[in-house]
Amino acid sequence: MTGPAEGSRELEHTADWELEVWGPDLRALLRQAALGMYALLGLRLAVGPRERRDLDIEAPDAESLLVEFLNELIFLAESEGLGFDSFELKIHGNRLEATLEGAPITVRRKEIKAVTYSRLEIRESERGLTTRVVFDV
Amino acid sequence: MVDLADLRRISDFEWEIPASLRADMRVPVRIFASRRLLEAVGADASLEQAVNAATLPGVVGRVLVMPDVHQGYGFPIGGVAATRLPDGVISPGAIGYDINCGVRLLASRVEFGEAEPVLDRLASALDAACPSGVGVRGHLRLDERELERVCREGAEWARGRGFATDADLARTEGGGCLAGADFSRVSHRARSRGRDQVGTLGAGNHFIEVEVVERVLDIEAARTMGLEEGALTVMIHCGSRGFGHQICTDYVKSFQQAVVRYGISLPDRELVCAPLDSPEGQAYQGAMRAAANYAFANRQVLAHFAREAFAEVLGSRVRNPHLHQVYDIAHNMGTTEEHEVDGELVRVCVHRKGATRAFGPGSEDLPPEYRAIGQPVLVPGSMGTASWVLVGTEASMSRSLGSSCHGAGRTMSRRRAKRSIQGGALRQELEDRGIRVRAGSMPGLAEEAPAAYKDVDEVVEAVVGAGIARKVARLRPVAVIKG
Repeated sequence: MTGPAEGSRELEHTADWELEVWGPDLRALLRQAALGMYALLGLRLAVGPRERRDLDIEAPDAESLLVEFLNELIFLAESEGLGFDSFELKIHGNRLEATLEGAPITVRRKEIKAVTYSRLEIRESERGLTTRVVFDV
Repeated sequence: MVDLADLRRISDFEWEIPASLRADMRVPVRIFASRRLLEAVGADASLEQAVNAATLPGVVGRVLVMPDVHQGYGFPIGGVAATRLPDGVISPGAIGYDINCGVRLLASRVEFGEAEPVLDRLASALDAACPSGVGVRGHLRLDERELERVCREGAEWARGRGFATDADLARTEGGGCLAGADFSRVSHRARSRGRDQVGTLGAGNHFIEVEVVERVLDIEAARTMGLEEGALTVMIHCGSRGFGHQICTDYVKSFQQAVVRYGISLPDRELVCAPLDSPEGQAYQGAMRAAANYAFANRQVLAHFAREAFAEVLGSRVRNPHLHQVYDIAHNMGTTEEHEVDGELVRVCVHRKGATRAFGPGSEDLPPEYRAIGQPVLVPGSMGTASWVLVGTEASMSRSLGSSCHGAGRTMSRRRAKRSIQGGALRQELEDRGIRVRAGSMPGLAEEAPAAYKDVDEVVEAVVGAGIARKVARLRPVAVIKG
């Protein structure tokens, strides 16, 4: 397999946005999904004082964990105007403890209404884990 | 994938996917479309999503698919499904994240020629009055008590604040207020997102357009609605903003557990649902209605601002710059209705996502002046193309659960639109055609390019050909305001 060990790419979707995300493990998958989503939003962060936020998410399965994590990031962008570029993620079973570091958003080109569960499935692949996420925009 | 060969032709504009196609289907799927439109949707997953919707517990009659259908998440955009009360299910994903996204049409007696010299100023005034764009905040800030009133009263709240007339409310679907809204079922997150977004347009495909009545095809219906050939109108397309998005997000999350509790198995997790009469189903309905009322209030406040902009720019040039309401309809909604299904009158929850009501003549939900002609159905085209005003028919009541199409429907992905169309060039092309453009983002403009959508005229021909709507007037845009 060539190409980066972890990453994301935009797929064709008629109405919404769909990202394919891959990484060696769930932590990498969550981080890449976040970065891919921020790229779709066209996010830029302020240079200067850093902001820190802690998240503690428990979900019934890995797919729900992914959706809830991304929805948290959307909420933080919408309500506090914050974006993050450093993700310290600890996963125990289906619980995620995250320490996020970032800064106020200076540019956001697009709006995502929500992260959906549409056909969402995290699969094992030769790259570790792969999934597709559909965003309602 | 559903193969077009699986479809049974009913007429030139109606097709059926039999319930025998897949073992988990509870009802057939009925598609309203021409063969050409059908072939165009055959490539994406929309028909498979309609088949998935046909597996919802308690679904009755048929799942309906409108000609502007395209692939959504879970449930297709352009889909309609009715579930039986009290124990059928309600599915937040079958209503959508933008709860009560909808369209309002205001009409004037201002001749296009009278306004043309100041059209640029009018576009700028509308743009300034109606905040749009990503994460935009409005002119109003609501405290908790006021937000609760918005959720309970909908457009009626706006009347109390001087933003609406009695006629506006009468000419809004459901009077601009769904009963049964329950603010206590709305999360703190949704409340915090909703507090300062009343009176904002948002981004994405939401817009305000100034349009000219280009052609009237039903003189009597147009006269009743106050639509005159050559006169200006204003169309507003938006919904419940971050407030509704958060409510849907909250309940799609909590329903992931509800399906396990109620032993419901589904082909797509985005279709998660709960019985209408269950505590979970009741809670979602209370919150969803709150968001629906929020959206009615939002469009009402925007209508008020649009009227102010019209008066400011045109007040000194024309005798009467007033914009009267033609109608306001939702196209992402779940409502309790009574329909005849397989010869039996049943109370159902009608999920419409990217589909509108299209009640026929005589419907009690309509203001008295519209009962003879049927409910106005507002069909915005893609940006810079035509929009249509239709009316519901008797056949729409018997064949499509009183429903019709909601727009042109996407056919090209946003990704491809962004790559193949340049926002700046598109803006110039629209301006060259005499359409004033006020847009917050050029890539955003490109994603909404007309080439990314089906031909709205073809979509309208399909619903009219199927008999579920009748043409009243075609509108042509002269100014577009979008985030």
